[in-house]
Amino acid sequence: MQKAYLMGNEAIGLGALAAGVNFVSGYPGTPSTEVLETIARENRDGRVHVEWSTNEKTGLEAAAGAAYAGARSLVTMKQVGLNVAADPLMSLAYLGVEGGMVVLVADDPGPISSQTEQDTRTFARYAKLPCFDPTGVAEAYEMIQEAFDFSEKYHTPVLFRPTTRVDHGYASLLVKEAAEYTVHEAKGFVRDPGRWVIFPRLSRRAHAAIEKRNAELTHVFSRYERNACLTAGHVHCRKGIASHGVSWTYLEETLRGFALAGYDKKAPRLLKVATPFPFPEHRAVAFLKGLDEVLCIEELDPVIERELTYLCGKYHLDVKIRGKLTGDVPASGENTRDSVYAETASFLGIAPRAGRALPEPPVSVVRPPVLCAGCPHRASFYAVKQAMKGQECLFAGDIGCYTLGNAMPLDMVDTCLCMGAGLGIAQGIGAVEPGRKCFAFVGDSTFFAAAIPGAINGVYNQADMTLVVLDNSTTAMTGHQPHPGTGRTMMGEVVEKVSIEETLRGIGIQVVRTADPLDLPHAVEVVREVAAQPGVKAIIFRSPCIALVKPLGRAAVDEEKCKRCKKCIREIGCPGIVVKDGQIVIDASQCTGCGICAEICPFDAIEVTRLPGGGLPKGARSAQQGKGGRA
Amino acid sequence: MQKNIILTGVGGQGTVLASKLIAAASLAKGYEVMSAETIGMAQKGGSVFSHLRVGEGLYSPMIRQGTADLLLAFEPAEAVRMLPYLKESGVLVVSSHPVMPVTAALAGTDYTGREMVEYLRREVREMHVLDGAAAAQEVGSPKALNVIMLGAALASGALDFLTEEDVIAAIRKKVKPQFVEMNERALRYAGEHGV
Ligand code: SF4
Ligand code: SF4
Repeated sequence: MQKAYLMGNEAIGLGALAAGVNFVSGYPGTPSTEVLETIARENRDGRVHVEWSTNEKTGLEAAAGAAYAGARSLVTMKQVGLNVAADPLMSLAYLGVEGGMVVLVADDPGPISSQTEQDTRTFARYAKLPCFDPTGVAEAYEMIQEAFDFSEKYHTPVLFRPTTRVDHGYASLLVKEAAEYTVHEAKGFVRDPGRWVIFPRLSRRAHAAIEKRNAELTHVFSRYERNACLTAGHVHCRKGIASHGVSWTYLEETLRGFALAGYDKKAPRLLKVATPFPFPEHRAVAFLKGLDEVLCIEELDPVIERELTYLCGKYHLDVKIRGKLTGDVPASGENTRDSVYAETASFLGIAPRAGRALPEPPVSVVRPPVLCAGCPHRASFYAVKQAMKGQECLFAGDIGCYTLGNAMPLDMVDTCLCMGAGLGIAQGIGAVEPGRKCFAFVGDSTFFAAAIPGAINGVYNQADMTLVVLDNSTTAMTGHQPHPGTGRTMMGEVVEKVSIEETLRGIGIQVVRTADPLDLPHAVEVVREVAAQPGVKAIIFRSPCIALVKPLGRAAVDEEKCKRCKKCIREIGCPGIVVKDGQIVIDASQCTGCGICAEICPFDAIEVTRLPGGGLPKGARSAQQGKGGRA
Repeated sequence: MQKNIILTGVGGQGTVLASKLIAAASLAKGYEVMSAETIGMAQKGGSVFSHLRVGEGLYSPMIRQGTADLLLAFEPAEAVRMLPYLKESGVLVVSSHPVMPVTAALAGTDYTGREMVEYLRREVREMHVLDGAAAAQEVGSPKALNVIMLGAALASGALDFLTEEDVIAAIRKKVKPQFVEMNERALRYAGEHGV
């Protein structure tokens, strides 16, 4: 064992390695991404197969295949990615696995960088799969190893669901040295159609078996020591608090503070739920017995609250269960140290320490995230905007950095639903309003992950739309992961790039044009020409993410020529252009010399000086290029 | 001992490295550390923060409002945003140089940073102000801002469990060799200029 200071996702990755994982797949998505990256980084001897898959569905299927063959496998994704992988997962729950298989799904209370606040604990019940819910970094390291053991023992995939604060929190913990890792050898796939080919007859049998196993697991999990019933203070206390995940640590610290403040007589009985499904029923009943009231402090869905309410009915226990359903705590949003403190204090009848009342700040400074200075997406959006001026249009957006094209002054995202949805939405709106010019914008990684069926649908069903692929050769939003178009894999191999142009032509799109968005006049011309054609057509705007290449140059404003009309600011909103004491100036620390502002200035007041080596890869990171990634 | 520290700034200012340096220096001295930082969309020019806790009795990296011993802010409006976390006897170290949001340039709002600094002066008992951008220019790189601010926090005495040498040792471990010398100068800047 050695001590290490790790991010939660690093600890989870190392835990999987310690458990002898053989196969790891996934699709990038905040807050899950670093788990797979850690495994790829630590996989020095290349013994583990590590891949970024094209999307969560293919990733989960590949991990299932590996587990069929007896390997220990892990697939990682964020919560909305589980929706994409739901189809194979629901069926896999019926078939089960041979080697241990963990499906890591990171939830994002808040949400901080997601479309939904869905709770994978609820999904676990629906899919009938065991679910592990760690409270912090150190526990996550141990728990992922235990999850592999459970999975293998019960021949079922299991869900492991950390949340943002566990994934991205750092703590010191003891981790195994490589020599202490479990070595797991895959035995190989054994043909057995009665086991691996899903048919209604098999499903009927499997369903009954799953229900039986889950009933058994309520006993097993009642003995699992991470599901804990604790008496913090008085044995005669009549109040209890149930919690889970990171909220549990907030609760522990709150109660320690109360104990230090002399409130130990008020200390409640506690229930910590590490496996929300199957619920540790017997431990929970032991917790409930003798209590008058229980407060459930949980994040996202009232999973524990519902279970406890149900158990009170089932066992005729006269305990009042409070939580989200009773309006005692907020029904949605992230829990904080402050919210848990306030809820606990009020439940225990402890006067909360008054917060500090601060007067209103003099001005409100809002800082929505924006496309980086010099981002090629800004140029692409602006080119389409210019080309289509005066025409009735729809700009369907998608998930990735380019969702930020919604911000003023670009204002080029009319819709955004989920990955790849923009194509279908453009087709639907186009069918209802034939006069409207419909565009769907999609990043390169998103193109491979989710846009191809939508493009085929458009060709097949005679849609009239323009697909704009914003190809910056990386999965930028989630930190620059490679994808099928980059020609690099997570194992470090150089492979044939999958061509977006060839893919589009292959499905029958006749008009496929590629352009450099930073050559603005040409880009505008291409959009005009392409949009004027009937049917489905495509433009690929190709220019690398500025985080990957050296700056092209630096812009400067000629104070003499500048009329301070602010057209440059009003048109593109590049954070590199600022107003300082009434003058328009370029912030040299941000500007990358893309030249778009110079193109726009009606008085030729902006000059871009080229820098040597501009546009060349920035070093090692450029090896792993892609755009998309689930926010 | 327990120290609760909030670092805040605008995405791209390097709060994460400053937080990592404090963590590394503290760990090297044998303290327990927990931290958490903004990862994701907000890193693109949005408001970012790190919670950093050093010492005993830590259960999670997150800090309660009104309990931070040090608020280290790289930008005045961000200091105001995170001020509820600072305890009344806590120390604020802030750069006075404002970063204009793109929306301000567009809307022509009158944010100057000065009104925020005045507000902070009224509300905070112990406050140390420095023009981080000007200092960074003197040190020779806008990227030095984070380590300059870290140096100011050290000079303020709010990180009394660490010495300058502890942080320099951390810099040598975490920063690319060609930037070590510049960062050492950045770290000493505030002390030498009497901040
Ligand atoms: S050249 Fe103009 S538009 Fe491009 S990054 Fe620099 S300031 Fe922004
Ligand atoms: S568009 Fe040209 S003239 Fe107008 S404010 Fe910008 S630099 Fe000055």
